[in-house]
Amino acid sequence: MHTVLSSRTREVRIGPDQPFCIIGERINPTGRKAFAAALREGDLSEILKDVDDQVAGGAHVLDVNMGVPLTDEADLLARAVTLVQEHSNLPVCIDSSLVEALEAGLAAYEGKALVNSVTCEEDRLDRVLPMVKEHSAAIICLVNDETGIPQTADERLDVCARLVDIVHGRYEIPLEDIVIDPLAMTVGADPQAVVVTLETISRIRDTYGLNMTLGASNTSFGLPGRHALNAAFLVAASYAGLTSAIMDARTVQTVDACRAADLLLGRDEWGTEWIAAHRRTLAATA
Amino acid sequence: MTNEEILQQIYDETLVGNKPAVVELTTRGIEAKMDPNTLLFEALIPALEEVGARFERGDFFVPEMLISGRAMTGALELLRPLLVDSGTAKVGTFLMGTVQGDVHDIGKNLVNIMLEGAGFDVIDIGVQVRPETFIAAIEEHKPDVVGFSAFLTTTMPMFKANIEAIERAGLRDDVIIMVGGAPVTQEYADVVGADGYAADASSATKRAKELLLQRRTMVSV
Repeated sequence: MHTVLSSRTREVRIGPDQPFCIIGERINPTGRKAFAAALREGDLSEILKDVDDQVAGGAHVLDVNMGVPLTDEADLLARAVTLVQEHSNLPVCIDSSLVEALEAGLAAYEGKALVNSVTCEEDRLDRVLPMVKEHSAAIICLVNDETGIPQTADERLDVCARLVDIVHGRYEIPLEDIVIDPLAMTVGADPQAVVVTLETISRIRDTYGLNMTLGASNTSFGLPGRHALNAAFLVAASYAGLTSAIMDARTVQTVDACRAADLLLGRDEWGTEWIAAHRRTLAATA
Repeated sequence: MTNEEILQQIYDETLVGNKPAVVELTTRGIEAKMDPNTLLFEALIPALEEVGARFERGDFFVPEMLISGRAMTGALELLRPLLVDSGTAKVGTFLMGTVQGDVHDIGKNLVNIMLEGAGFDVIDIGVQVRPETFIAAIEEHKPDVVGFSAFLTTTMPMFKANIEAIERAGLRDDVIIMVGGAPVTQEYADVVGADGYAADASSATKRAKELLLQRRTMVSV
């Protein structure tokens, strides 16, 4: 199954036989005081550098989040989406917890966007899904509901079943436009966290064959050597059936891990992409 | 084993998060008729202070802090009834929860550990806590301080919603309100009308003590 995203001029496919899809996550002011202050003043120029960095690092899709407290996030996100589209031809993942901001971002977007995100909470689903359908967008669905994060793969599969019923069954959004987030939790706070995530991924693949994404760096929160942990996690998750991740494409180690997994798992025949990337690096350092 | 050795070993084993050893040593201390206050204030609390200091410096990591906290909690379960009997003055009661719409709990749990390590009674009412649940818990537990945790810019507005609900319930003057979480700033805390904010678990504990002291001084005047 392929989730097809597009900008005005470019198409990106997410799928088990496709290169692992890197959704560049850096266009986000959370934890960046100077950037947040600039955005609050209406200065969006720093976004362009973030976009360039993510593109140069190998992102296939750009996540755009404008969660700045005490601002009109909807207006800011719409302007950011337009700016990103003027500057890059990569498809955009429109990221907000505010329904109004998602709506404004979708209205401003040209192409087929990925919307980030919904959980299995009916009131939010009822507001977000009609506009996802109207814009023929794809939607990231997290396998948790208002009761919190399910601790076992069984419970996450139950939530996934409910999500498929609602998103596909009730709102008739095509299955290929559903991207499940199986929830990457912090191994530093729960030694079994990653085991549960990996089991959830492989069971969703086997049961539904849906595409999946997650925030890869969650797993290593609070630990030293985060890039190495994220890289190891991404390879394991890719093998289990994860087809995409929201991650910082500036980090060579984790991007390389995704590309290596593609080659090792038979998605980069004869290592064409791997070798081409090697030549690009050689040329850049020559 | 001398009493001195018991204290030193409780300190050492708490620092490395060895819960079975801490529980066993605390049991030995109790059996040897050591003062529960001594076990608490001369071994467990200093150990947790050291854990907090190392975490703040970047020498300790999240799992280390969590297992130290767990080791201390194991000892506190044994000591709490004895401390109540001995009439030890509590530092204060801290009611803690992550706001409605937010499921993040690691930061909140770290703050709880440091608060317990500093002698607070911590009542953790979990994640996704609705305003009415906070109010019910305030009425039930009568805490000195209430803490709201939020990890998302979109759940931070619940601080204001919670504070307004507490005002409507007529409880605002009964509690000190503190807020925290990754995207939260002092400026935001001021805008929503919180009494205190801190950027990390150690400074949250210090801030809570300062605010309590201020309040108690004001009340006595």
